[in-house]
Amino acid sequence: MSMPFYASPEQIMADKAEFARKGISRGKSIIALEYDGGVLMVAENATSLSKIGEIYDRIAFAGVGKFSEFDQLRKIGVRFADTKGYAYSREDVAGQALANAYSQAIGEVFTREMKPLEIEIIVAEVGDDRWEDHRKNSLYRVTFDGFISDHANYCVIGGNVGDVEAELANSFQDGLSAGEAIRLGQQALDTGSERGTTLDESTLEVCILDRKREGRKFTRMSTEEVKGLLET
Amino acid sequence: MSWRGNYQGASFFELLQVEQPQLLPNLSAWSDAANSSIPHGTTVLAMRYDDGVLVAGDRLATAGHSVASRDVVKVFATDSHSCMAISGAAGPSIEMARILSVELEHYEKIEGQSLELDGKANKLSQMIRQNLPAAMQGLAVVPLFAGFDLRRRSGRLWKFDITGGRYEEAEFDATGSGGLYARETIKQGWRAGMDQAKATRLAVDALTAAADEDRATGGVDLERRIFPVVKICSGAGVDDCREEEIEAAYRENLARRANGGSSE
Repeated sequence: MSMPFYASPEQIMADKAEFARKGISRGKSIIALEYDGGVLMVAENATSLSKIGEIYDRIAFAGVGKFSEFDQLRKIGVRFADTKGYAYSREDVAGQALANAYSQAIGEVFTREMKPLEIEIIVAEVGDDRWEDHRKNSLYRVTFDGFISDHANYCVIGGNVGDVEAELANSFQDGLSAGEAIRLGQQALDTGSERGTTLDESTLEVCILDRKREGRKFTRMSTEEVKGLLET
Repeated sequence: MSWRGNYQGASFFELLQVEQPQLLPNLSAWSDAANSSIPHGTTVLAMRYDDGVLVAGDRLATAGHSVASRDVVKVFATDSHSCMAISGAAGPSIEMARILSVELEHYEKIEGQSLELDGKANKLSQMIRQNLPAAMQGLAVVPLFAGFDLRRRSGRLWKFDITGGRYEEAEFDATGSGGLYARETIKQGWRAGMDQAKATRLAVDALTAAADEDRATGGVDLERRIFPVVKICSGAGVDDCREEEIEAAYRENLARRANGGSSE
């Protein structure tokens, strides 16, 4: 009888993690940052395939890595949120519960499946001015192994996270205007990128969660709107 | 939440059928005999005007011969450019409007673009068809669906029957217990290319006539300050008609009747 091949659990996990990290770091970065009107998300993306999407009234999603995988995660997030909002009320759909559910689902794939998901995601939730205890924005990051963390001010996934975060740590201030926030995002993405050229409206995907909007607060900015904000 | 759900499509209604059927209304145990014990909605109407389509409904719900509610809402915005008005058994009808509005938003988020207005009307007709067993036991859902078609740049409206039959109307329609009277009034006053103010006055006239002839229709209640809901769908989206405008239209209608029917 042949002996089954043995690999220690530590080794298996380490291999899977390395495999996932390699895929993710090859991609480009996405930043979510707070500004005076809510949360702004900016990605380097010259294609028409979106990396940032709407989940629910106050919640947005961004993913890096393998498109098919994070887009599938976006869709299950929409299903999760719409089902919950239908069964209870729209106000019961919260970013934290969604981020936790993502963490569970992604962690489960990491331990059970041969191949981990080669993705990293952000769940962003804008505060609600109607209620005292909901005023703050929340930014959650979930990594390929299901590790979840929450962030104040800004959150970065994908590509050269270290450099982009360092640039944001230097220049981020409370109460940025939309124009300032998008230019800071552009500058930070430029820092993390190896291209050496400046990103412009044709290579940026920008979405906002607008505090002031009624109902669904997610808005995708058109190329012209991005151009306008970059020039303000 | 799991990485691989059983349902992979873009429809919220089908998602519930596959993953959470307990959340959908199940009316199979319903008996016709209990029909007078639950609220029914009464008169709703829709009509085209020059910039879009107007949808209106009175506020009364009745259970048998009693008033169930005086200020129920029977006209719902189902998304930014469409409305649904319900008559018939209030519970399942209002639930259907709720599911449709989640359905349209869900599709838009999953697919990244809205359904065409035709697609929305078709989806509603499928949902009505699903309700057929309950409709056969008296729980009919017979809505009007109307919206602004962003491609054709005009308002459109549809009526439905209990089997899900979907019929587009070119001018106007009204349904519910007072629908016949409302329709007659609109027929006399409707003109192609009429403006929104005229359409609003005509809608109030029609609901007033329906309330006059049909005991289950509410009309305008000045004593309690309860006004019909009038929603306007135009290129700019769905908007509520202000109560002052509805009240003014109603007072004009009263004055006209006091004058022995002369129109000015």
